[in-house]
Formats: sequence, structure tokens, C-alpha cells
Amino acid sequence: MIRIDKGLFDEMVAHGLSNLPNEACGVLAGKEGRPVKFFPMTNADGSPLTYRFEPKESLRVWNEIEDEGFEQLAIFHTHTHTEAYPSVTDRKRAMWADSDQPSFPDTYYLIVSLEDRAAPVLRAFRILDGGAVSEEDVTIG
Amino acid sequence: MSEPIRVKLPTILRKHAGGEPLVDAEGSTVRELLSDLESRYPGITKNVVTPEGGLHRFVNVYVNDEDVRYLGSLETNVQNGDTVSILPAVAGG
Ligand SMILES: [Zn+2]
Repeated sequence: MIRIDKGLFDEMVAHGLSNLPNEACGVLAGKEGRPVKFFPMTNADGSPLTYRFEPKESLRVWNEIEDEGFEQLAIFHTHTHTEAYPSVTDRKRAMWADSDQPSFPDTYYLIVSLEDRAAPVLRAFRILDGGAVSEEDVTIG
Repeated sequence: MSEPIRVKLPTILRKHAGGEPLVDAEGSTVRELLSDLESRYPGITKNVVTPEGGLHRFVNVYVNDEDVRYLGSLETNVQNGDTVSILPAVAGG
């Protein structure tokens, strides 16, 4: 169960809309399970179909999260034309270096579908061993 | 003999090193460093270096703040005082 302030949700959606037609991505940092800060990331793929954190930004944000005593609560990305559900690529890339072990078993994956630009849909998941998907409750507000 | 270099491990690899986020390793290139790391913590670099000897496409390695893909990849030189960070490339579709 993850509860996201309306303000942080709006930041994620704004980042998503500003990256159209491409997918957008970012990290939600938390403290004791509560989201505290959204880090928008550059999608190094610059694609409507895939995303990849820009590597240098990724290191900088990772270090900042550790230095601030935050946790990487969620990895965020948008789907521009499909539902907010992990794609085959999402599940595959969530595994560490093509193993069957997820790189971030404790991190939520937040997907916002911008299929209807005026009504973004947010859903939350964990991606587990072998790419299994577990949907998690998420509330805004 | 080269000096120890600090290696910052991603969460997923820390279990190989008794939970430590930072470990020491030796080498004069990233490739030697990873090889030394493997001898200290067997299995830790599995899949990081591909069977063809390259860096896995979805693993990022940095020397200090620089992505080694923009330096010399696995042949990038490292020296005492450097921090080498290993991170999963966060990606999807
Ligand atoms: Zn996706």
C-alpha cells in the first residue's frame, strides 16, 4: 500500500505530459515508506515506447537518496498509449542483468497511463522473481 | 601492486559482500577491478561481464561520476582514491 500526496502525483503527471510524445521516467524517494520527493529523470531512450534513466543523472540521484537517508520508494514511468500495467519489457528490464532476480524487489513500480491525456491513470506494482507482477494498492491524497 | 579502490555496490549485489554497500578491490582497469571483486566475492560479477567479455547492456559502471561507456568501457583506468559505482540501468517499455 502506497499513499502519494496530490502534489507529488501532480509533479509526476506534469513531467509525463511535458515529455510527450515520449515516455517519461523518474524516482520517488521516501522516508519510512512515505513518499517525500520526486526526482524527474531524463529518458535517455527519447522514445514513445521505452525509457531508460540517463546514466549520470541516475548515479547522482541514487547518491543523493542514500546521502539524505531516503529510500528509493518507487520507480515511475509513463505509458503514452497503453494501459498502466507492466509490459513484457518492463518485467524483463526489472531483472538484474538478465538474471531471474529483480534489481529492486522492495521498490514500487508506478505507471501512469496518459492514454487519455485529460485523465491520467496511476497504478502501482512490484516486480518479483522471474518478472512476476504483483499489483499494489495506491491512493492519491 | 595497485592500491585498493572503493567499489559502491547496488543493493542487489550487497548480499554477496555480507551486506556491505562499499568494498575495496584492486586493479588498474575496471576489468581487473571486477575480476578482483569476483575473486573476493564469488558470483558477484556474474552477468555484469558478458560471456563475450563486454559490459552488460543494462548495467552501468562509473569511475567517480563518469559513465565508463564514455571513457574506455572495461579498459578504463582506475587508481587509488577512485570510487567505482555499479548500478542497474533502470529501464523498461
Ligand atoms: Zn512500461
